[in-house]
Amino acid sequence: MNDLDYRRELRDYLIGFGLAFTLTVGPFAIVAWGGLDRPTLLIFLGACALVQITVHFRFFLHIDLSRQKREDLQLILFSVLLLIIMAIGTIWIMGNLAMRM
Amino acid sequence: MRHPGINLGEHHGEAHDQAETLVFGFWVFLMSDLIIFGLMFAIYVTMANPVGMAGGPGPKDVFDLTSVFIQTMILLTSSLTFGIASLAMRHEQGRGRIALWLGVTLALGLGFLGFEARDFANMIGMGAGPSRSGFLSAFWGLVPLHGLHVSAGCIWIVVMLIQMRTFGMIPIVKTRLLRLGLFWHFLDLIWVGIFTIVFLAGISA
Amino acid sequence: MTSDHTTTWLFGRLDLSSLPIWQAIQSPAISELIAGAAAMIVIAGAIAVIAFITWLRAWRSLWTDWLTSTDHKRIGIMYCVLALVMMTRGVIEAVLMRAQQADGLSGGFLTPEHFAELFSTHGTIMIFFVAMPLVAGVINYIMPLQIGARDMSFPVMNQISLGLTATGAVLVMSSLVFGKFSTGSWAAYPPYTGLAFNPGPGPDYWIWSVAIAGIGTTLSGINFAVTIYKERAPGMTLFRMPLFCWTVLCTSIIMIFAMPPLTVATLMLAADRYLDFHFFTNDLGGNMMNYVNLFWLFGHPEVYLLVLPAYGIISEVVATFSGKRLYGYTSLVYATMAIAVLSFCVWLHHFFTMGQSANVNIAFGIASMCIAVPTGVKVYDWMATMYRGRIRMTVPMIYVTGFFILFVIGGLTGVILANPTITYQVHNTLFLVAHFHNVIIPGVVFGLLAGIHYWFPKAFGFRLHEGWGRVSALLWIFGFSFAFLPLYVVGLMGMPRRSANFNDPAFEPLMLAALFGAALVLSALAALVIQIWVSVRDRDKLAAPLGDPWNGRTLEWATPSPPPHYNFAVLPQVKDRDDFAAAKANGRAFADTANYGDITMPKNTALGMIICAAATLLGMALVWYIWWLAMLSVLTIVVAFVARTFMLDTTYTIPADEISREHRAWLARVRAASPITRDRETDDVNQGLAVLELPETLKASR
Repeated sequence: MNDLDYRRELRDYLIGFGLAFTLTVGPFAIVAWGGLDRPTLLIFLGACALVQITVHFRFFLHIDLSRQKREDLQLILFSVLLLIIMAIGTIWIMGNLAMRM
Repeated sequence: MRHPGINLGEHHGEAHDQAETLVFGFWVFLMSDLIIFGLMFAIYVTMANPVGMAGGPGPKDVFDLTSVFIQTMILLTSSLTFGIASLAMRHEQGRGRIALWLGVTLALGLGFLGFEARDFANMIGMGAGPSRSGFLSAFWGLVPLHGLHVSAGCIWIVVMLIQMRTFGMIPIVKTRLLRLGLFWHFLDLIWVGIFTIVFLAGISA
Repeated sequence: MTSDHTTTWLFGRLDLSSLPIWQAIQSPAISELIAGAAAMIVIAGAIAVIAFITWLRAWRSLWTDWLTSTDHKRIGIMYCVLALVMMTRGVIEAVLMRAQQADGLSGGFLTPEHFAELFSTHGTIMIFFVAMPLVAGVINYIMPLQIGARDMSFPVMNQISLGLTATGAVLVMSSLVFGKFSTGSWAAYPPYTGLAFNPGPGPDYWIWSVAIAGIGTTLSGINFAVTIYKERAPGMTLFRMPLFCWTVLCTSIIMIFAMPPLTVATLMLAADRYLDFHFFTNDLGGNMMNYVNLFWLFGHPEVYLLVLPAYGIISEVVATFSGKRLYGYTSLVYATMAIAVLSFCVWLHHFFTMGQSANVNIAFGIASMCIAVPTGVKVYDWMATMYRGRIRMTVPMIYVTGFFILFVIGGLTGVILANPTITYQVHNTLFLVAHFHNVIIPGVVFGLLAGIHYWFPKAFGFRLHEGWGRVSALLWIFGFSFAFLPLYVVGLMGMPRRSANFNDPAFEPLMLAALFGAALVLSALAALVIQIWVSVRDRDKLAAPLGDPWNGRTLEWATPSPPPHYNFAVLPQVKDRDDFAAAKANGRAFADTANYGDITMPKNTALGMIICAAATLLGMALVWYIWWLAMLSVLTIVVAFVARTFMLDTTYTIPADEISREHRAWLARVRAASPITRDRETDDVNQGLAVLELPETLKASR
């Protein structure tokens, strides 16, 4: 534990910030300028958000693929699985109902 | 590394040992909270359509992209400043330095809330309150819920600043700061979903 | 300010005319009289309890030993007491409803509103304030003992969970005295429960009791899961845990992830009713189907939340009373996990008829049918455990036998209902009512009652009376069969559920049979109360303080009964699955040690009770629009919570010599006692020490 460690860890935070910054400015800029058709835009927005969430997990919450972190990663993946089942299921069901109304 | 978020490290002794259970428990709570937000997002998506808007104002009429961008930047920066505070704690750089960066984070959090409150006031002013339509109800259920969480986080920072002053950096204060850090980064994560799904996807519709 | 304004400011919309007793005086019809009498019973019951505690001079003991205790065992017992009190009300309501429907051809004696109130409270109480607290209570008591822990990971949060559950129960009970409960069923579908159709306090009672108790359950789930992950004794790997602990882990995962949809649904409904939101209203873009979807996102995992611990209990009971190691442990673990995950994938089968396309329906229908597979695996595993075992038909085994036969029927009707086309025929009929009672009573209730009889001697140091237990168990089994099997038939004949009366004379005989069954269930409950009373009276004869009355296999039986606050004098070193059985077989059990150490335990705290009281006032204030009280209560909760974080002195230390003295005294009694064989385990000679019987592996090879 020394100054070198501190700098390395601080650099990690700064890299995370930089990546998140880019992944935020990009989508805002594209939406502000317009021009993309909606499906492409939505895919782009979704991809940026997913990558940014991964960046947050990696650099701010320190979740990675190392062995010691496996349990935490599993918990996150399980939560995300349930979230996907619930949220996508809801949107599917309600969308289907809306179409048939 | 024994739990999500920054770890104190072996040289913190008791605090590091206690952190494992405490931080894991809090992380599980956050996962439960994640489901709440996830469902609010799903409800928002099901209501962001002409039926849900019921002839009332839509996303393009009520959202202020510039303000949202400023809020996003403030919150992202606050994540970084909280990270620096956590690093200061991990590397035992002294109470003053931790308090300084926590103070900066608190200021950014309050700034975020200020901009958000201004947006909310504007929306109410233009007749886009929650009673106008199902769509706006979904908006007012989701975004202020995040705002409430940020407010709770700000109160928590204040409490921790007081406890750091009265108790010093004792183990329980350190583990509470670890949990507060998780909470703060988690709120930024949720905000990524909010600015993408609610604001950007909404405005581009 | 006029006096009128002051009254409104002080009491909100609560006035004399909202009291059922006052209404009974004003218009004494049968329905009003019953409501008035119920209110009187609640008030009289409260006064009687207060008088009884005063007579026992037990206030101080109640406060210091129980209400402020952070001991998971005490909290568990309080959960169970709460559940049994609420169960009494739930069963009485059930009998009233059966009586009404038995007389339904001639219109019955209750008004339709009163009948609606009965089935709403009955459902809400039985799920949220009987089944859930009973599950939470048994888990609280047993799980830490089984994994060799000293307490939960978060003892104070545990107390808060109990407080919030109690708050919900108190709110439901208050609705008997102040105003009326919801008439919108336990699922409270809007728009019926919205402000436009139901402006009264009823739905608000439902919202706040369920929302507040639900938050308590979420916290419980977090506590259970973290305890299992982080507090296991050395050597207790996940795959050495007793099966009950596996089911608890899966149940707590369901609590953590399935309670949020309920919280979201109730708070959105509250936003609609209080803040003029339009989530579920008919007008302005609201969509009530969102509520149905959200509610069952919670509602389906909920039933697995309840039944999984019952499966766990049955696994323990079957293994112990067959004197065998559980058959197919690994398959049972994976079946439990599969059920937990599948339970999140089937919620739509509760609303097949809402109007979505057949493709959506069939996806969820198939997923629902899939759940029968792991459940079937479990039933076969239990039967294989019993095969060639040394089976003793004690009370828990009678309940388990009832479970085997009746639960399988309930499960099969579930598979039938998982077919959307059949649901279209029988939905909203008594067939459905028969089905879910058929899984919940033989599944959850029998399982939990088996567990209570099994673990009662652990918690109190004496066994429950065997004879009355058998009477009660048989009455439950036959009462259930008479009360609900006829409902399948009436349901197929087309009788709608939740109807206060009917026109078809063909329903009449079956409704009378169901009433007879309900009376049997009421007698079963009475027999249970008598059993507890007789057992307490004869507690010296029934005493089994040495801790192992059933020749148990898991760690909780390796402690004295009742266990000390710290559970284990020395944390056990686990070497095997069913570690206590292995320890007894190779002489490791009841060993003395030189390594007694100081034990740090959490101190008592009043936080849980403060939050309980404030949350109750908050609920009442919100129901009756007493805004000053609502704000005051929220403030109290926040201040109490923050103030607690400033208290650093939250633990106390039990010195090692005190622990070694207590532990050695118990060991001395164990050595002095004469162990008994299994054929005498229900006799008075059973002091809780079992004769060493050869492990089944040896027996099999002979």
